[in-house]
Amino acid sequence: MADGTVRFSDMPTRDRVMQAAVFVVLGLLSLAFLMPLLWMVSTSLKPVEETMKMPPSFIPWPPQWHNYVEAVQAIPFFRYLLNTVIVCVLGTTGTVFSSALVAYGFAFLRWRGREPMFALTLATMMIPFPVIMVPLYGVFRTLGWVGTLQPLWVPEFFGGAFNIFLIRQFFLGIPKDLLDSARIDGASEWQIFWRIAVPLAKPVLVVVGIFHLIFAWNDFLGPLIYLTKQETFTISLGLQFFQSQHGGTQWHLLMAASTLVILPVLLVFLAGQRFLIRGITMTGLKQ
Amino acid sequence: MKIGKEGRWALLFITPWIIGFAVFMAYPVVVSFFYSFCDYSVLSKPVWIGLGNYRDLLDDDVFWISLRNTAVFAVFSLPLGILFSLALAALLHLCVIGKATFRAIFFLPSLLPIVANAIIWLWIFNGEYGLFNYFLKGVFAIQPVNWLGAPNPAMAALIILGLWGVGYSIVIFLAAFQEVPTELYEAAELDGASHFGKFRHVTIPLISPVLYFQLVMGIIGVLQVFATPYIMTGGGPARSTLFYTMYLYDNAFRFLRMGYACALAWILFIIIVTLTWAATRLSSRYVHYQGG
Repeated sequence: MADGTVRFSDMPTRDRVMQAAVFVVLGLLSLAFLMPLLWMVSTSLKPVEETMKMPPSFIPWPPQWHNYVEAVQAIPFFRYLLNTVIVCVLGTTGTVFSSALVAYGFAFLRWRGREPMFALTLATMMIPFPVIMVPLYGVFRTLGWVGTLQPLWVPEFFGGAFNIFLIRQFFLGIPKDLLDSARIDGASEWQIFWRIAVPLAKPVLVVVGIFHLIFAWNDFLGPLIYLTKQETFTISLGLQFFQSQHGGTQWHLLMAASTLVILPVLLVFLAGQRFLIRGITMTGLKQ
Repeated sequence: MKIGKEGRWALLFITPWIIGFAVFMAYPVVVSFFYSFCDYSVLSKPVWIGLGNYRDLLDDDVFWISLRNTAVFAVFSLPLGILFSLALAALLHLCVIGKATFRAIFFLPSLLPIVANAIIWLWIFNGEYGLFNYFLKGVFAIQPVNWLGAPNPAMAALIILGLWGVGYSIVIFLAAFQEVPTELYEAAELDGASHFGKFRHVTIPLISPVLYFQLVMGIIGVLQVFATPYIMTGGGPARSTLFYTMYLYDNAFRFLRMGYACALAWILFIIIVTLTWAATRLSSRYVHYQGG
């Protein structure tokens, strides 16, 4: 009964009562989880006077759609958006491609020092970011990249330890015969990688891609450290900047801007939920 | 030794990572350790001062305050988060109707941009017009609290809103529950075990590796809490929510005491390693690995 495969209609009454109770509790908790988002949308559609009304109204009528226009005009929203899209697209492309490439090297090619290097790769995941934060800033400063978007996406083209690990795990599940027969047919390693390994690994590559996309969209610390000029701000940093300038008064505009920033993540979530959940199970259960 | 054909291919496939590893990881780690013994402001060359930074740390009140705040936050939010996500996952596991929808709703907040989340919660915890005070007044008749305006309420607010982001753990626990073989539950039922008995004596031991993993990840995460308090409180009021990584960030990028910041980072690393080691020691007694 605990595995959840029994249909509600087939249950004895005692279990139906329990199911109803579980449903009610989960329903209330869901409402609590959604409330901040509903409240955000509600506030974003109110006129400013109505945001400061106690008791509050929940359904803004008539909805003030122009709040969204004002929010977008109050900050260089589309500039921020463009910057974020650049970082997201380049970074995601970079990390998916390079991590797959390196994972192939770790999974299928024999070379001296492979095992120690892989152990070292895993060990790097233990290093907290603050440890390398200062010298990394120095590296980017020397390269002349501080104040540009480059620190946020260029490193992604050199592989990420965790993604390499994930993709390698997946590669190891591919039957070796498949690769060997391609080798006998005279395919080069590059061809095997590109034509066989990558297409087969699509599920894990999608997972890596979606996670990086969301990470890059949401990232705050990276942009906070490296982006010094307003015209290079990403959407997260821009939103925080807007808040620090106008916080405490223009809640309707802040909520409208927040809604706009959340919306793309929501869409990615709805479209890719299956992959996200599979990805988390992959990383959380099979350590 | 001659590099064979396979070796040459390997070089091609691995090179990006060798470069990335050297430039973005190995070099920064080594240099960070070196800087922690230096006076360094990024604007001029580092000057060796031996253990100076570490000695200064001991006398730095703000260092101790940030350490204490982080410890308080961790002691509350880590167990609360694990228990809360475990309970929600257990409920989801029992649930037959609407399970996928509920899971999606619980999962969603943990994916949303931290900045947007922080701003939403700033509004919810607003002392005058906040939804949270309205709710407390309506349900428990509690007088309005200026949540982010006083030390203890501010800490409490950050702990409370942390529970909103437990979706990740819920998904992991739920998946772990589903891996527990049904036969074990049936055997326990034959022995007359209750629902709670089954959960306590079958589920918990079997998912203990996952529990351990969540604990370790939780320790690592909670000690580095930064963005949410940085945006919501800026460490205030009166440094009551100034956490370790925020103080580290301030030293590095606001006061340009980069050597000092590196020393702080290495102390953080030692704390994380020690706690992870302790958790592992503890877990070897309680964690049950199936089939060895």
